[in-house]
Amino acid sequence: MTEEEKMLGDMARGYLDGAAPVSAFRKMRDAGQTHDAKLWREMAEMGWAGVLVPEEAGGSDMGFAAANVIAHEMGKTLVVSPFLSTAVMAATALRQVSDSRAREALARIASGELTYALAVDEGIKHNPDATAMAARADGNGFRLTGKKTFVVDGAMADRLLVLARTDAGLTLFDIPGDRAGITRHKSNMIDARDAAKIDFEEVEATGEDVLGQVDHAMDVLRPALHAGQAALAAEMAGLAAGAFDMTVGYLKERKQFGTEIGRFQALQHRAAHLWCETELTASAILNAGRLLDEDPENAALAVSLAKARATATATLAVQEGLQMHGGIGMTDAYDMGFYMKRARVGAEWLGDYGYHAERVAAHRGF
Amino acid sequence: MSDMRSGEEFRAQLRDWLEANCPAQMRDGGVTEGAVCWGGKNWEFSSQAQKDWLDRCVAKGYTVPTWPVEYGGAGMSRDEEKIFLSEMARINARSPLQSFGIWMLGPALLHFGCHAQNLKYLPPIARGEVRWCQGYSEPGAGSDLASVQTHGADQGDHWLVNGQKIWTSYADQADQIFALVRTDRDAPKHLGISFLLIDMEDAGVETRPIKMISGISPFCETFFTDVKVPKDNIVGTENRGWDVAKYLLTHEREMISGSGALESGGRALGAVLRDTLEEMDTSLRAGAMRCEIDALAMGLTLERYKDQAEAGQGAGDASAMLKYMGTELNKQRHELMMAAGGSAALEWDGDLGNRAGDWLRTKANSIEGGTSEVMLSIVSRRVLGLPA
Repeated sequence: MTEEEKMLGDMARGYLDGAAPVSAFRKMRDAGQTHDAKLWREMAEMGWAGVLVPEEAGGSDMGFAAANVIAHEMGKTLVVSPFLSTAVMAATALRQVSDSRAREALARIASGELTYALAVDEGIKHNPDATAMAARADGNGFRLTGKKTFVVDGAMADRLLVLARTDAGLTLFDIPGDRAGITRHKSNMIDARDAAKIDFEEVEATGEDVLGQVDHAMDVLRPALHAGQAALAAEMAGLAAGAFDMTVGYLKERKQFGTEIGRFQALQHRAAHLWCETELTASAILNAGRLLDEDPENAALAVSLAKARATATATLAVQEGLQMHGGIGMTDAYDMGFYMKRARVGAEWLGDYGYHAERVAAHRGF
Repeated sequence: MSDMRSGEEFRAQLRDWLEANCPAQMRDGGVTEGAVCWGGKNWEFSSQAQKDWLDRCVAKGYTVPTWPVEYGGAGMSRDEEKIFLSEMARINARSPLQSFGIWMLGPALLHFGCHAQNLKYLPPIARGEVRWCQGYSEPGAGSDLASVQTHGADQGDHWLVNGQKIWTSYADQADQIFALVRTDRDAPKHLGISFLLIDMEDAGVETRPIKMISGISPFCETFFTDVKVPKDNIVGTENRGWDVAKYLLTHEREMISGSGALESGGRALGAVLRDTLEEMDTSLRAGAMRCEIDALAMGLTLERYKDQAEAGQGAGDASAMLKYMGTELNKQRHELMMAAGGSAALEWDGDLGNRAGDWLRTKANSIEGGTSEVMLSIVSRRVLGLPA
């Protein structure tokens, strides 16, 4: 990490420890809330909402590596915010397009006024290429009919980026979430965050609603997905670090058989192994951020490597964390369960281990 | 020198030089044991090309690119070394010279040695004239290395050394040995060890190769019987050899950890497996994918730690992590290679060459230079701060 990135991380940590510790997430969960408007406003003021928005549109334009640093700190304390779906993915998609409407949207993202959700998944696994939802040509525009699922932040987002099949390919639509014909069903997620199943019934879309070119959604969506996958990997690595810190702390204070359980070599070696895994994953995430900033055309392998590694590491961190905490880790009153549930959702979002492992294999020639 | 020219200029110069000087025969990656040039007094070059390649690299300091010029290196910065290595890899050039002198003793001398010692010992290492071996383990001092018993009795101007070392790699072919010798039997075990340099031709030094499960004998037993070692032949101070030993071990561990990072001979594991089998079964493919992912991350981690070391943040205890992860990964990779080879991999020198021997050799990776369990204990104590 560069000095600047370290400073950004320290600053983010300082802010989040005060504004969004795990106890804040617990309060939201208990109150059935999935969005904290005040928190997001403050994040916008600090330039986080506009982390990938150009300065001329009011953004801080810090870049992908910086976005990863912020996401990592958010993951440590399970912060709930539209950062990934809006500030990382929607902003990246909008940046691929250089019209005035996209610029306006970017400005409103940076100011924290506008939130987005990415409506891509249809089946139980992430697979954009298999999109079935139809956008039928209708006069000068389109009619969208179909179902989307696991739309993260989909219940509350102001706007939706919707992937649909057109005559000769896939097209990405940027439409308000309350347009006629859209029905949003909030999902009751294990990690207590916002996600929705969304039905589209003959929803009208004009040519103006198309983001990028008709039949060429991936030109716009692929960079957005890559940015999101990398930031999600960073968030999951942060989550793993948060769970790991709790676990090592517990090993040092919990006494059984008359001594700290952290004296037992069986546990020491498992904890040490887990730390080693987190180090390899950290390298993969740093690499993905660098490539997205410096050579985005060739970042696909680095991104899939980061997401695969982060998924495996976070999964191991919460499994070991829960086991080493013993019975108390199983209680709702203790935070470890939150980490486990968030890790499982993160594992599936934007492609699971197998999805990204296949991509790595393809890049490596087998 | 890095300030004087841009990276691109440097790269272009290197590229021209390599194009003109690296013999065609030396552009095969040199992955087999027979391709390695170890150097030393008794070294027999496998070809004229191997000798030419060494001579030309020696003249430029390219056998030890980051060592100071006065000690036989090229004085490259870490960034320049990266460019050098990437240009070498681009033409698939063999390493001109490998040795324990380059990997282990050299770094220890650069850190602990005085100028006169460095001038005496480093240039012959850089030129491939002296081959060193490492005298660390003993029959009674494996993981518990600090309990070495080989004894050096103070005789005024020299030590009289008696004892036995084991697992001394290539001791039968080495010219010199750097050894951990107990010079104070009364001090606590870490504080009575000296780091001595001993000539293998001295009277009283004997070696005996040990045949390993891989069928070859890269390791030896080395015996010392009343060997006279001059007082000048010490690195660091008397009885503080453990500091040198530990420093050197971090280099050894980083060197071994490189084995797990990525490709064998420039090729991805998956591609190797694919070429062996027309269709990989699901389990093998899943294993190969996981191994490939971990190897890529391992390679990035090695780079990251080298960059940190360059920036003055020592890898230190993290070398235990690198060693543990790298060697475990290498073992996994060879398990997959064996599975992919099926029955063809079960013959010595069969259709798949020495695949079985290579596989068996990797089993030592997580034992030599500190076992995986010792590495985990180091991480546990020093990084995580768990109670001993």
